[in-house]
Amino acid sequence: MNTTTLSKKPVETITLTGAEAVVKCLLAEDVDLIFGYPGGAIMPVYDAMYDYQEELKHILCRHEQGAVHAAQGYARVSGKTGVCIATSGPGATNLITGIADAQIDSTPVVCITGQVASPLLGTDAFQETDVVGISMPVTKWNVQVTKAEDIPAAIAKAFYVAKSGRPGPVLVDITKDAQFETFEFSYEKCTSVRSYIPKPQVDEEKVKEAAQLINAAKRPYVLFGQGVLIGNAEEEFKAFIEKGGIPSAWTILGLSALPTEHPLNVGMLGMHGNYGPNLLTNECDVLIAVGMRFDDRVTGDLSRYAKQAKVVHLEIDPAEIDKNVKTDVAVLGDCKTSLELLTKYIDKKEHSEWLHRFYECDQEEFKRLTQNDARSNDPHPTMTDVMRMVSDKAKGEAILVTDVGQHQMIAQRYFNFNQSRSNVTSGGLGTMGFCLPAAFGAKMGAPDREVIAVVGDGGFQMTIQELGTLFQTQARVKILLLNNQFLGMVRQWQQLFFDKRYSQTEMVNPDFQTIAKGYHIETEKVTTPEALSDAVDRMLKHDGSYLLEVLVEKEDNVFPMVPTGASVSEVKLGVDD
Amino acid sequence: MEKRFTISVFTEDMIGLLNRVTIIFTRRHINIESITASESEVKGMHRYTIVVTETEEKVKKVVGQLEKQVDIVKAFYHSDDELIFQEIALFKVPTEVLAAGGKAESIVRSHHARVLSVEREFTVIEKTGHQEETAQLFEELSPYGILEFVRSGRVAITKPMKEFKDYLEEVELASTHQ
Repeated sequence: MNTTTLSKKPVETITLTGAEAVVKCLLAEDVDLIFGYPGGAIMPVYDAMYDYQEELKHILCRHEQGAVHAAQGYARVSGKTGVCIATSGPGATNLITGIADAQIDSTPVVCITGQVASPLLGTDAFQETDVVGISMPVTKWNVQVTKAEDIPAAIAKAFYVAKSGRPGPVLVDITKDAQFETFEFSYEKCTSVRSYIPKPQVDEEKVKEAAQLINAAKRPYVLFGQGVLIGNAEEEFKAFIEKGGIPSAWTILGLSALPTEHPLNVGMLGMHGNYGPNLLTNECDVLIAVGMRFDDRVTGDLSRYAKQAKVVHLEIDPAEIDKNVKTDVAVLGDCKTSLELLTKYIDKKEHSEWLHRFYECDQEEFKRLTQNDARSNDPHPTMTDVMRMVSDKAKGEAILVTDVGQHQMIAQRYFNFNQSRSNVTSGGLGTMGFCLPAAFGAKMGAPDREVIAVVGDGGFQMTIQELGTLFQTQARVKILLLNNQFLGMVRQWQQLFFDKRYSQTEMVNPDFQTIAKGYHIETEKVTTPEALSDAVDRMLKHDGSYLLEVLVEKEDNVFPMVPTGASVSEVKLGVDD
Repeated sequence: MEKRFTISVFTEDMIGLLNRVTIIFTRRHINIESITASESEVKGMHRYTIVVTETEEKVKKVVGQLEKQVDIVKAFYHSDDELIFQEIALFKVPTEVLAAGGKAESIVRSHHARVLSVEREFTVIEKTGHQEETAQLFEELSPYGILEFVRSGRVAITKPMKEFKDYLEEVELASTHQ
């Protein structure tokens, strides 16, 4: 049954093995770089790759999880589809965390896994695992191929599905016998799948309804997410908020879609977002969500979230409409199209007084956080000190890649951006260990840009083996390790909500300096605020990978904070609030 | 308020799709009361009929998640009053009970059930109807000894007149207009 449409080009066939066909398919999809790890069931493909080393560069990561996170980092900064490849069984299951991360953060990744030969399927063969079954809940689409002749159509559909509409990870599992089998190869790109509508058509009537609400608003407020980046709609977005004079706050996945210094950029949403963006959610009269999905970390208690406001939602995925927050007007479709139309229909306005409310909140936040810091007796620099300094010195030009935890929240809030697609973080899944491999992938996706990986001492050790990948490839990634010798975010929760019972959060760490040296990576450790500035300069100046370890304040807390179950208007600025 | 809903899912005919459908329910802790898979009136298109008892809001979201799947063309949900539906039940009872004439035979007749097969030791009775009706027949036959009982999932025809092939055309058209 032919259900997918392939582009119509004159088709020439050549006789190939399935394994070589995999390589040819990747080349036909303009892939020139893949991340992976070999093993028994994928060996025929690795053998075929040996003849294509010029055209298709393969990067040997140190763990399959590293390969998939690298593919994610690559995809997020380049806008292209990331590709990773692994063997069956443990190779395939090691990909799952990254696949789940890519699914929840809408990242286009194609994963190719080897599988035991088809006669062995279901026999508990060596390194057999049902990866199609295991990955089903966390892939946008997946398929098992048992015949060489089915490889081209499967890979063509995989690339189409991964990248189109709301992007996501796909997995193609190929049995070893299909890799060995020869067949008449030809390749046509997939241009549509009859059961799948990647981009719903924008309904102009809905846009007009949305414009009416916005035009009548006294206190309109925009929340933007990754949809703006995925849709390449940064310019359309800026034109929209500038014409409407609308204060705009970002989710961490939307960060860098609007320059930090833009006067309408009012900051970060969510649990550890800025004070104003949270507090004023419950004061706006029209809330306009663009390419974001009202994650629980953004909304807090839904029953007390923006109840006073009319809600407009610009969204490409129909399943997101009314999922968490009930909308008054939903505009389905690509926001690049809908924003342009919406800008046409809204009146040119300024909301200076309303915007000023955000600035006032900023001052309040700054005052309170400074007071918090002053209360500490710890002589080490705070994460905030470090991030502010690195941001100033990077001048908004660098790509920031973070791990998950306190350092992540602080990095998101204090790192400045003036280029789009410059922030890579694990948002929805909150995957510790994401940073180092994703930073490597980001460097591969944007080789000419500075990549700064900000990581805590916990997450660093989850994928620390990828230092080996940095060393082998001589990639230039700057690692900023914020070491507080604690799993800081969990410790903070234990302090605030579990009566300071610090269960299993204190870390006795290895000497990270020695580890970096073992991988021949330049390294330096800083323990005082005074030594920080020169050390950051040395890190940024160094032509090669660099580890800057900063021993930071041990029991620092991240504020503002909207505790779980609280409303966004109950955002706390300190322990005693 | 929880209510009984029938979800109809139209899909491509592919290995593993049933799993993709059911995990959407599992993940949201929704119990599937019955599920039936068959071909639809459109060649190559399969149809799942799934019965759940849930709030309409939750069912609506599940249908959204189902339609989001790449190989699912369309999903609908209906309440019982928007459907014509049936289930089929088979009963295996000792032949001697029926052969003796009298009560058991008249129960079968009064329920508009029919005898499918008569063997020396057992007889198979078929009853098509709603769950409540087959349950009632079960109740009444119980004293005579039911050796085996099985009931199918619900199959349902919807009352709205728009045909699936028209939906398919719409989706197909939209899928190429990108």
